[in-house]
Amino acid sequence: MSKPKVAFYWCASCGGCEETVLDLAEAVLDVVNAVDIVFWPVAMDFKESDVQAMEDGSIAVAFINGAICNSHQRHMAELLRRKAQTVVAFGACAQLGGIPGLANMDHHKDLVEAIYGSDAPQESWKSNGYELTLPRFGDKVQALDRVIAVEYYVPGCPPTAKITQQAIDALLSGSPPPKGTVLAPDQALCEDCPRRETRPEKLMIKEFKRPHEIVADQEKCLLAQGLLCLGPETRSGCEAPCIKGNMPCTGCFGPTSRVRDFGAKALSAVASLADSNEESDIERILAPITDPVGTFYRYSLPTSLAGGKFTK
Amino acid sequence: MPEAVEPKILAIFCNWCTYLAADLAGTSRIKYPANIRVVRVMCSGRVDPQFVMDAFAKGADGVLIGGCHPGDCHYQEGNYKCLRRFELLRRMVREMGIEDERFRLEWISASEGERLRTVVTDMVEKIRPLGPRQTLTEVTQ
Repeated sequence: MSKPKVAFYWCASCGGCEETVLDLAEAVLDVVNAVDIVFWPVAMDFKESDVQAMEDGSIAVAFINGAICNSHQRHMAELLRRKAQTVVAFGACAQLGGIPGLANMDHHKDLVEAIYGSDAPQESWKSNGYELTLPRFGDKVQALDRVIAVEYYVPGCPPTAKITQQAIDALLSGSPPPKGTVLAPDQALCEDCPRRETRPEKLMIKEFKRPHEIVADQEKCLLAQGLLCLGPETRSGCEAPCIKGNMPCTGCFGPTSRVRDFGAKALSAVASLADSNEESDIERILAPITDPVGTFYRYSLPTSLAGGKFTK
Repeated sequence: MPEAVEPKILAIFCNWCTYLAADLAGTSRIKYPANIRVVRVMCSGRVDPQFVMDAFAKGADGVLIGGCHPGDCHYQEGNYKCLRRFELLRRMVREMGIEDERFRLEWISASEGERLRTVVTDMVEKIRPLGPRQTLTEVTQ
């Protein structure tokens, strides 16, 4: 019996999700033994034409990371959708829009102008008899499931090797999880935080601090120390590497299934911790949160209720 | 010139104070602009920021939250929770392009039917000159 075919592809991403696959370390050999990798631009020499030549539905699983910013990414996502039986949105950008999604706070034309000034790259030109074209920007950055149908999601920026391994095992097992599942535990990170016991019963904050302003205690709940930790809102499954490194959670695993808009919900939880009933005092306590959009929608702006900046 | 459109404002009023003020305004025949669509919640502390984002995302021209005066909350401190969320949420929606006039939190007690009229009238008058809202997608299309 031939081995199931698997493809990996990247769209608007940093390459961190690709690193995760390599972080499987020697376990990657088990993966290679269990499947045939038929497409993986970052590591193996296949071309788009090789994928075009495959029969529709002949790939068992396509893992696609990165958000969708431009016409070429959309084209590749659509191509892999046709060729694959199962598509997995791999990592925060594909699942929620990710860091590139913060571009939705501006119009893409303004962004291009800010970067290139009047020397914006042409979309096509001729040189030495060759015609070259560049992909076109979409109107906004989108998560993968806004462009093609997606069966599963693996969260994280990047996903950890462990949940990646579990996802691969689950998909290749005889009984895959129900479609639409986010392949990580459906509970908040606080539930399996190593500092959970030090979290006060009634947590109120007199002063928010930024990580560079204090030397944080290595044992105590970071939120109780005034650091803005998004553990209470963020899905668990990462095994808290940031907390173990004494840094607060920034929310890359995204919301649990009960939350529709991660940023609004995270803001709600954080703001209500301000320990005052006086308007001016509340303002002072919350003032260190200088960029609410970047803080609460860091990984999820394109899939938020707003999707990006509201403009008049 | 596009035709002037009446602003649509989502009003979220608490059951014990502001909703009763709206009720009182009604029974007292106090007239206020018909621009608000009132949703009753048990407490202003129940107002989830997701409701506000949803309203603006669906094109509401304004969101008005009404609760009991400080110290008067039926549940002791729900309105303080609302106030804390409002402070941060106001800054976030401002960053996302919503003018301050479009998003307000007001304390209106059950006996203040007249004040309800003043607040609603004032809000509508301040929003109308801003014109209708559009999302980024509509701008690019």
